[in-house]
Amino acid sequence: MNSAEYTFHGGIRPVEHKEDSNTTPIEMAPIPPMLVLPLQQHIGSAAQACVNTGEYVYKGQLIAQAADANGANVHASSSGHVVAIEPRLIAHPSGMQDTCVVIETDGLDAAIDASGYPNWQNLDRTELCNIVRWSGIVGLGGAGFPTDRKLNAKNIKTLVINGTECEPYITADDLCMRERAEAIIRGCEILKHIVGADSVIVGIEDNKPEAIESMGKAMPSSPDWKLVTFPTKYPSGGEKQLIEILTGRQVPRGGLPADIGIVCQNVGTALAVKEAIEDGKPLISRITTFTGQALSRRGNLEVRLGTPVSYLLDYMGYTEQKVPRLIMGGPMMGFILPDAGVPIVKTTNCILAPDSAELPLPKPAQPCIRCGFCAEACPATLLPQQLFWHSKSGNSDQLEKHALSDCIECGVCSYVCPSSIPLVQYFRAAKHEIRTHRAQQLQAEKALERFEARQQRLEREALEREATRAARKAAAKAKAEESSRFADEADPVQAAIERAKAKKARLIQQNQPGAQQNAETALQNLKAKLASQQSSLQQAEVDGKGDKIITALHASVSRLEQQIAESNTEASSQDAEK
Amino acid sequence: MITEYASLLLASVLVNNFVLVQFLGLCPFMGVSSKVETAIGMSMATTFVLTLASATSHLVFYGILEPLGLEYLRTISFILVIAVVVQFTEMVVRKSSPLLHRVLGVFLPLITTNCAVLGVALLNINKAHSFVTSLWYGFGAALGFSLVLILFSAMRERIAVADVPQIFQGPAIAMIAAGLMSLAFLGFAGLA
Amino acid sequence: MNMAEFFLNDLTQTVLVFLALGGLFGLLLGYASIRFKVEGDPIVEQINALLPQTQCGQCSHPGCRPYAEAIAQGEAINKCPPGGEDTIHRLADLLGVDPQPLDGEHGIEKPKTVAFIREAECIGCTKCIQACPVDAILGAAKLMHTVIAQECTGCDLCVEPCPVDCIDMIEVTTNIKTWGWEAPQNDGIIATDRMSGKAA
Repeated sequence: MNSAEYTFHGGIRPVEHKEDSNTTPIEMAPIPPMLVLPLQQHIGSAAQACVNTGEYVYKGQLIAQAADANGANVHASSSGHVVAIEPRLIAHPSGMQDTCVVIETDGLDAAIDASGYPNWQNLDRTELCNIVRWSGIVGLGGAGFPTDRKLNAKNIKTLVINGTECEPYITADDLCMRERAEAIIRGCEILKHIVGADSVIVGIEDNKPEAIESMGKAMPSSPDWKLVTFPTKYPSGGEKQLIEILTGRQVPRGGLPADIGIVCQNVGTALAVKEAIEDGKPLISRITTFTGQALSRRGNLEVRLGTPVSYLLDYMGYTEQKVPRLIMGGPMMGFILPDAGVPIVKTTNCILAPDSAELPLPKPAQPCIRCGFCAEACPATLLPQQLFWHSKSGNSDQLEKHALSDCIECGVCSYVCPSSIPLVQYFRAAKHEIRTHRAQQLQAEKALERFEARQQRLEREALEREATRAARKAAAKAKAEESSRFADEADPVQAAIERAKAKKARLIQQNQPGAQQNAETALQNLKAKLASQQSSLQQAEVDGKGDKIITALHASVSRLEQQIAESNTEASSQDAEK
Repeated sequence: MITEYASLLLASVLVNNFVLVQFLGLCPFMGVSSKVETAIGMSMATTFVLTLASATSHLVFYGILEPLGLEYLRTISFILVIAVVVQFTEMVVRKSSPLLHRVLGVFLPLITTNCAVLGVALLNINKAHSFVTSLWYGFGAALGFSLVLILFSAMRERIAVADVPQIFQGPAIAMIAAGLMSLAFLGFAGLA
Repeated sequence: MNMAEFFLNDLTQTVLVFLALGGLFGLLLGYASIRFKVEGDPIVEQINALLPQTQCGQCSHPGCRPYAEAIAQGEAINKCPPGGEDTIHRLADLLGVDPQPLDGEHGIEKPKTVAFIREAECIGCTKCIQACPVDAILGAAKLMHTVIAQECTGCDLCVEPCPVDCIDMIEVTTNIKTWGWEAPQNDGIIATDRMSGKAA
């Protein structure tokens, strides 16, 4: 066990409130009568349901498949019947609904037959990633990024395991590390094998002495494995901050840890990977902290994904407050739930039910006094004050210059602001505006492309129409001239003879360059027609069409060939005459 | 000699800054300083004009006017020279950066009436500078102008998004800021 | 006065000097104006890039590019309803002019809409296909017409030509994918500004 040599810029040390919920062991939550499983519980694209209403599903059965590389599978958390696949209220700050698979549990909790791969060392990287992907594992530390995509990174030298859990109130990872250290370490071994890392560093904050002890005991005593502890500071658990603490290296702006050869995974994710690969168990449950003074019992529960929060609040003895506020996540980065009936999802690490004394409502914001506390505290070394001014005035160029996209929305700047300005809200709104504007730009560019293509098409069509019109006009004119020339001939026979003579003269006249071109175009047309008839003939023979059709096509082809031969000999005879 | 040129530069850039101490060239200073990119473009144009104009005016004075005893015509002929140089600069700017040309708008031809440009030309004659010294003096004046213009535009960009009381918004707070800058530059007095 | 005196006269000398100088500089500028000639106006491209490309004609120009050209000639920038306040501000930034509120004469800023053809009533006349500036309607004569929603810019030009009036403009509402936080309002106001109704 080593102490960290480095730290990151800024950060705060709020009151931890960990003892509220870390004194009791992990409890298995009961299975609710209804499970509501959203099709999107991660960052990326939604999965698509692969079961139907009325179907019976087993625990661990695949019920929704990822639509593309950015998706994650969803599995049934317990056995029962699918009663609906419909939009339901989900845990999202917008309060909107999203498609969910609703399962009515039958209480049997019958599992699907599944076997793991105890000899996972013999499997190669792709196969292991596929198992992780099939099991629907996403980052359980909070963001929910599909794990298999992260593990596909190349040239990884170091695996960092995140046991920090820096946010106040949350103790899920702490208890997990205390009770399931061996399984977590086994998961870390599997992860190390998958990414091909040379070394593993497990980072734990120093406010978790029991976890440090149990993880230290479970870790292999090899120089490749290090357990590093560091002083408690929020937000040490952020990926980039943790990497800086443990290795002293900074992830480049706008980049990923994979760019510097590091992959970071949460201890809960490591545990899920172990269960998926060794035990064949997909992601159907997670450890969630239930805390806050509005609950009579506080602690950590292993809950099935899809359990409604209200069911668990009842289980833990929730007293409804006058101004009910339920927070999913911690006090710094969590969001207020629109309704207690929303389901627990893969990214739910904590349900915080405070009373009004514990987490008072935010004070009204006052003008910025330009004190600079926010810049001193920002863990990403940004300038929140400048970002604030530019967000207010909507100056997206300046926001990009000040690296707004690197903001991890940790809330430290809002926490330290003496004027109680909700800085993170401004940044979130600004990010959304920039994203929307970019989408609009793309649409405008596409529309412009289509418009220009359409203009070209119309021009082309107009030219073609002009050409055919001119050709038709010329032909009609010539014909009209002929017939008008012989209109007053008394003898119709004589008139016919004169017309034939004129026609012959016209054909001879086709030695003229302009007329020659007409003949050439006519020849080309004939050739094109021949080609198309020949291909139709071939197609008809392949398709096995009727004899009548094939005979007709043969006749047409030979007719065209004759015509072409005739006009060829005419042209050559005219050339000879010249 | 190097120290002479260095102290001349120091004097024209900081101590006797043309905008903040001698209060010349305030029109583009207030008019073009709302964005940093525009200010940078304007300062490059003015540097070009000032350097070229002070060299050309020196040549015209000592080459044509003085031998013919027409020194009293220097103001008019300098204005002619400056107008030509500015016109030339406008053509170059229009070709190289149409956006800058559009954004500078009328302020580009207004460099002609920039009293700093005419001022430098006339001061060169008053101080009887040699050709190289006039060139250097013109360049120093332009450098001082650019420095102040860019600094001021950066400040104005920040003021534009700040919580300024309604009654002070716009040119009012800009003038106050310019006045404070001018006070600050007085601190260089006596340096060179 | 004789020739020598004439030329030694100050006035003559002045005039000659200035003629010479003027001539010389004029030649220089003339040469420069040819050497540095600029064709067209590249600013039009940059203006066009900021417009929403709906080609709807609400600005009374037959498309976005003609309006961009007009703006380059000095036309007001507040005539584009689909672009809205956002576009006006960006144009103002680009051109260094003051932003103005949207000109009500040309329309009001409406939420984005997408056309939808009620297929039961479509008679397959292709009039809407001919009207659509971005070819977002799929169909042919006497066959069903339908709007490709992803490509539709909501320009409204297809609604009028339809002889059976079967096209609806449906508003695009935010869904969970397009939702985002709104900026906090009503904070940091200085007391005096609150009374005048304008926050700094």
